[in-house]
Amino acid sequence: MKTTLQAGNLAEFGAGARDTIPMMVGAAPFGVIYGTLAATGPLHAWTVQFMSLAVFAGSAQFIALGLIAGNASFAVVWATTFVVNLRHVLYSATLAPYVAHLPARWRWTLGAFLTDEVFAVSYAHYQKKPAGQTGPYYFLGSGVSMYVNWQIWTVIGLLFGSAFPGLQSKGLDFAMVATFIAIIVPQLVALRFVAAAVTAGVLAFAWNGWPYKLGLLAAVVVGVAVGMVLSMRDERRNPTELERAK
Amino acid sequence: MNDFLLIVGMALITYAIRSAVFVFGERLSFPPIVRTALSFVPVTVLTAIIVPMTFAPHGGGAELTWRNSQLVAVIVALVVCALTRKPLLTIAVSLAVFFFWQLVVVA
Repeated sequence: MKTTLQAGNLAEFGAGARDTIPMMVGAAPFGVIYGTLAATGPLHAWTVQFMSLAVFAGSAQFIALGLIAGNASFAVVWATTFVVNLRHVLYSATLAPYVAHLPARWRWTLGAFLTDEVFAVSYAHYQKKPAGQTGPYYFLGSGVSMYVNWQIWTVIGLLFGSAFPGLQSKGLDFAMVATFIAIIVPQLVALRFVAAAVTAGVLAFAWNGWPYKLGLLAAVVVGVAVGMVLSMRDERRNPTELERAK
Repeated sequence: MNDFLLIVGMALITYAIRSAVFVFGERLSFPPIVRTALSFVPVTVLTAIIVPMTFAPHGGGAELTWRNSQLVAVIVALVVCALTRKPLLTIAVSLAVFFFWQLVVVA
């Protein structure tokens, strides 16, 4: 009985890892770019790898590199990490019905692996099953494979960056800009998202000179506020449409 | 040592955000207004980061000219992404344009 159960767990784990392969391929260039950029920056190689091991959040890591190079204070790096990663709250709230019945040690563990990609893969899988009857191994398989993948590509990027130390000055950081555009554009599904993004962008530029990159945080706060005002206006006008858009 | 502390802080913040709902789920509930606010976080944060890098790549004033490789490649990326919705294609094409502009056109 115990053996078959374990075999089943292993199969679930494998299925989660297998379904994550396309995401692993997609994350590869970002991992390499992160490692390459970091290798040419002010941080020690071990520190760069330690960030991938401990933080495991691509966009927050990219941004931290830029902030550290710009001599931002600890408080700004942490506040930015908080804001940039807040979207994970939405992911965990969406997945919560599928993990709520698991023992606490599982819920503590799975939270650590909840990236954009792991969320996308796990949610697509769990959605087909009734909440409360899902095991943790599929999620774990997806998360562990994504984690190992991120570490490997960080190492490769570090090696690449130390072999070609001039890459930073050649404008490799444009790769980050391109990556972010690829994330932003598909999210501009309604005018209120465009308005929020444009507001945040314009203000971030205008307030670029504020100390410790505080202008960035202020710009985000105002951009979110604009988005919320427009959401409330849309809701008053046409509540059902907004519900559908969500 | 300082960098180590900085990263440990980032890791704790990230982990707390990811696992809070899983661990304290019963006691946390999100009113619709918070959910609405959160839905605007990714686009605003990412846009706020890239706009200064695009318009003022050298940290000074705005460089609104065709010699600004960042600006040219960003316009290409926006068009490719809006038309195809393919992330890898967007990144590949705009990076190619960026390096072409940087190393051939402007230089």
